Amino acid sequence: MEFAELIKTPRVDNVVLHRPFYPAVEGTLCLTGHHLILSSRQDSTEELWLLHSNIDAIDKRFVGSLGTIIIKCKDFRIIQLDIPGMEECLNIASSIEALSTLDSVTLMYPFFYRPMFEVIEDGWHSFLPEQEFELYSSATSEWRLSYVNKEFAVCPSYPPIVIVPKSIDDDALRKVATFRHGGRFPVLSYYHKKNGMVIMRCGQPLTGTSGRRCKEDEKLINATLRAGKRGYVIDTRSLHVAQQARAKGGGFEQEAHYPQWRRIHKSIERYHILQESLIKLMEACNDQTHNMDRWLSKLEASNWLTHIKEILTTACLAAQCIDREGASVLVHGTEGTDSTLQVTSLAQIILEPRSRTIRGFEALIEREWLQAGHPFLQRCAQSAYCNSKQKWEAPVFLLFLDCVWQILRQFPCSFEFNEHFLIMLFEHAYASQFGTFLGNSESERCKLKLQQKTMSLWSWVNRPCELSKFTNPLFEANNLVIWPSVAPQSLQLWEGLFLRWNRSSKYLDEAYEEMVNIIDYNKELQAKVNLLRRQLAELETEDGLCESP
Amino acid sequence: MEHIRTPKVENVRLVDRVSSKKATLGTLYLTATHVIFVENAPDTRKETWILHSQISTIEKQATTATGCPLLIRCKNFQIIQLVIPQERDCHDVYISLIRLARPVKYEELYCFSFNPKLDKEEREQGWMLIDLDEEYKRMGLPNNYWQLSDVNRDYRVCDSYPTEVYVPKSATAHIIVGSSKFRSRRRFPALSYYYKDNHASICRSSQPLSGFSARCLEDEQMLQAIRKANPGSDFIYVVDTRPKLNAMANRAAGKGYENEDNYSNIKFQFIGIENIHVMRSSLQKMLEVCELKSPSMSNFLWGLENSGWLRHIKAIMDAGIFIAKAVSEEGASVLVHCSDGWDRTAQVCSVASLLLDPHYRTLKGFMVLIEKDWISFGHKFNHRYGNLDGDPKEISPVIDQFIECVWQLMEQFPCAFEFNERFLIHIQHHIYSCQFGNFLCNSQKERQELKIQERTYSLWSHLWKNRADYLNPLFRTDHGQTQESFHLPTAPCNFMYKFWSGMYNRFEKGMQPRQSVTDYLMAVKEESQQLEEELEALEERLEKIQKVQLNGTKVKSKQSEPSKYSGFSTSDNSLANTPQDYSGNMKSFPSRSPSQGDEDSALILTQDNLKSSDPDLSVNSDQESGVEDLSCRSPSGGERAPSEDSEATSQRPYEPTTSLIPKYNIVQSVG
Repeated sequence: MEFAELIKTPRVDNVVLHRPFYPAVEGTLCLTGHHLILSSRQDSTEELWLLHSNIDAIDKRFVGSLGTIIIKCKDFRIIQLDIPGMEECLNIASSIEALSTLDSVTLMYPFFYRPMFEVIEDGWHSFLPEQEFELYSSATSEWRLSYVNKEFAVCPSYPPIVIVPKSIDDDALRKVATFRHGGRFPVLSYYHKKNGMVIMRCGQPLTGTSGRRCKEDEKLINATLRAGKRGYVIDTRSLHVAQQARAKGGGFEQEAHYPQWRRIHKSIERYHILQESLIKLMEACNDQTHNMDRWLSKLEASNWLTHIKEILTTACLAAQCIDREGASVLVHGTEGTDSTLQVTSLAQIILEPRSRTIRGFEALIEREWLQAGHPFLQRCAQSAYCNSKQKWEAPVFLLFLDCVWQILRQFPCSFEFNEHFLIMLFEHAYASQFGTFLGNSESERCKLKLQQKTMSLWSWVNRPCELSKFTNPLFEANNLVIWPSVAPQSLQLWEGLFLRWNRSSKYLDEAYEEMVNIIDYNKELQAKVNLLRRQLAELETEDGLCESP
Repeated sequence: MEHIRTPKVENVRLVDRVSSKKATLGTLYLTATHVIFVENAPDTRKETWILHSQISTIEKQATTATGCPLLIRCKNFQIIQLVIPQERDCHDVYISLIRLARPVKYEELYCFSFNPKLDKEEREQGWMLIDLDEEYKRMGLPNNYWQLSDVNRDYRVCDSYPTEVYVPKSATAHIIVGSSKFRSRRRFPALSYYYKDNHASICRSSQPLSGFSARCLEDEQMLQAIRKANPGSDFIYVVDTRPKLNAMANRAAGKGYENEDNYSNIKFQFIGIENIHVMRSSLQKMLEVCELKSPSMSNFLWGLENSGWLRHIKAIMDAGIFIAKAVSEEGASVLVHCSDGWDRTAQVCSVASLLLDPHYRTLKGFMVLIEKDWISFGHKFNHRYGNLDGDPKEISPVIDQFIECVWQLMEQFPCAFEFNERFLIHIQHHIYSCQFGNFLCNSQKERQELKIQERTYSLWSHLWKNRADYLNPLFRTDHGQTQESFHLPTAPCNFMYKFWSGMYNRFEKGMQPRQSVTDYLMAVKEESQQLEEELEALEERLEKIQKVQLNGTKVKSKQSEPSKYSGFSTSDNSLANTPQDYSGNMKSFPSRSPSQGDEDSALILTQDNLKSSDPDLSVNSDQESGVEDLSCRSPSGGERAPSEDSEATSQRPYEPTTSLIPKYNIVQSVG
């Protein structure tokens, strides 16, 4: 298919762009296969480049022959284009609509994007499972890499390489896979070096109403416990929901069959409930009325912070089991691809200092989200302004990032990255020139040959010039477990993300700059002092040498 | 002392607010000024000091098997729950505290016994730190349009005003006195702030006694004079900060508001800020929300909305914004009043001044602002904050709201203020503590009669002395945001009004961010300063040596010292990164009572332990707990006592049910 077929009017002059906090810009609007571009003739005014895939919804209206298109983006931005001429406006609108909802993944921008920067390190190879496993294998010999899924035959949503208990062979894994939702047998998510406790994750057991068992499953799970130890199964669904799942062939671990495990039910919401929550939240954030009660009541009604609290609480609980109770944890919900990953990855942020560094956090996203088979393509297909409301769309990853931000706010010196890093990840998960977040699983990514055909986000991010933007100047390595507060008083709306298009960030940016200045100045002084000390020391030894004979 | 029925009760338990199961055993002491709880634990002997003047309510709850619970709520939002073994002791403590918390004479207040060991001269200098004459000079007064009037000498015209006020030059004594007779409590229009740049001014007064039709020529002339004092504008705004309905109701009582027809060239404007009774009950409702035990997010947000607190904060801020805009953008003078002109008017004038003038965003400038708009113009501190026993209907968090407005601004303009959040919290604390004389009484006149300056100390000099604690590391004098007046949006989605947990939940430290950016940056700045000094010294030495070498002389020099500065960040880190404690060690907050360490010999138990006289817990308590290592030391190892385990989960359990291991009882029924 040619993009040209979709572009009815490639170019319109005298279009006026309106954005909050910027003066209106008049210029020429161009449509390309992947971008909407507005450039003014003045050199000083920056151009607008908007990826079609970033467009969530558009509205159009007409006053006489002047058409207006309101573009609502997945990154929550809302811009307005005034286009002279009804026909041009209609053409542009329908082109945008078509181009922003392309069916085929391979038509998306990452497949066409040619990087203008030099790749120092290929991000596709930055976080190989073997390397990640080496970090553990030095500390324990109880686990092994399994290649049982190398053709994606055992579990379509798992990566080819997973970490499993050493004592369990691949045949057993195959059997366990038939007993777990989506073939997602229990695999290692995190190994707590301090005490050898682990977090594992999987899909729900397929017990059904008849109470099916699977000896291999029981054996696998017990193989992760040390002698005399007990573990916890954290089911991210309420007991009621878990019980209902039995009617559809799912279920949960029966206490009788897993006597060394105790089950805890939490209820983390899923799917459209989360999507609606996001939609309502953005409605509140875009409400320009000056009414305090209305704002608070809309914020409350969105339930966004309720979800944040629930997810964080569950993650803290998992971390608490590991670090405080010295008990291993198995986490699952239904599929084990959403709330499960929120919990396992946040628990690692709390427990593991490495995951609070930039590379460690990237590795965590690679491991616990991409490789673990979070269906990014489905979940992030639409954002807060969409009308389509497909069942599989949900801001699961965004909620995770928000939870990380909440912890970052409470421990502002313990993270190597800053808020901008989290916002950047959010943006790229929804619309990107990079292939990293394309597809729903490793197997889909393999089929799409992303490694060969697209650029990895990490290749771009991990260059020093980009990293400097995402580095938290306050960072001081902190090897402690960090326990966030989950009291409502401690959780806040993530203004930097949700309100960023609705208020000027000028003053907060200035504050950030000032913070960087203070710390840079300190470093500079330190360097100078050290240099002088060395010089002095040298001079003095020379002195001493001359003196000694 | 005659009110203390029992000075000491042993085996009292201080119950932890977060998990009621946990309590520390200790001894309770009642002194003339404080309630003191001393833990029994021999290694810590942690003390909790509560000033009587901070006590807001005391509640005796139903006796249980373990004893008789006593709940003390403080005006600085601390809540203390004690369990006293004997009903009789509890009753005695209760009766004593009821009396001690409600002194009837000023002389009973703490400031008359508080002695920071300063000599007379130091005390006098302390009172001279903030000088309003200087402040009006700074504004550019007197000038061709404004003059200092002594019409209120000896408080002859208005007993709640200062003796010296600025009025328009054209306002004769006759006009002022005439106008004062037409205003509630004779609070005639007087200058609050003068905006040099364009001659516009903010004036304040009480409501006119206009009833349904009354007029007063002098009052009309007074407003005319204010208008004429600003050659740049041909009208003035008259802002009535009350809701229109309230103002109209006042007309029936012979009061009311200005009729635009009677005054030439005024633009009259209502701004609906609610009265003190609405505000009192709003705060009450919000505190109930803060007190909820493990509330859900919805409970909390719903309760916050329902309390209306942030709506009121926004209303005050909006009024300030309106006035600041009128002055700076329209160049028009504004006369502000409410009913008596000492609550809402004070709030709104000071918010507007703060928005307009960067000086008020400095440490000293902020003290001046409170001195000017609150203390000198007769804000009724004694009545509003219940320092002496009085009508509970007079109590209202008027200045608390102003302080919160400042905090909300600080959140949005992080570089604009010279001071930090701690400064605001300490001022709030001392408004209630009565440890310093500044906020005593209801007016300047009363303070003069009491000879406050001769008998008590000034808070301002105390804060100034400790100013290093109150500095905002991000403050930069050359920044845009510190130079100009603010231009603020007013929709909640543009200007985020937030719940101030640092104030209202400040004694529940677990809820606060666990690392303080302010403290961290202050430490870095301090280190930079030391490095600068060292750099200078090193350069000097280097130069010397090079000179000496040039001269061919040999001089032995000292071995260069090892770096002294490598350690700040790590120590800072270990302090700040103290994990939220689930093992219960830090549970005993409120650990340090704010008033601890007022080196007041009258009632000291263990004077050496007292460190600072500031109402701050955050500074010391982490050190005290020393818990950061504990919580991370090999948890599976056998070092922890088993009891700690159960505490670990009860701290602020993520799983609200109960402890995890070894009981295994959290699991909901299985299948």
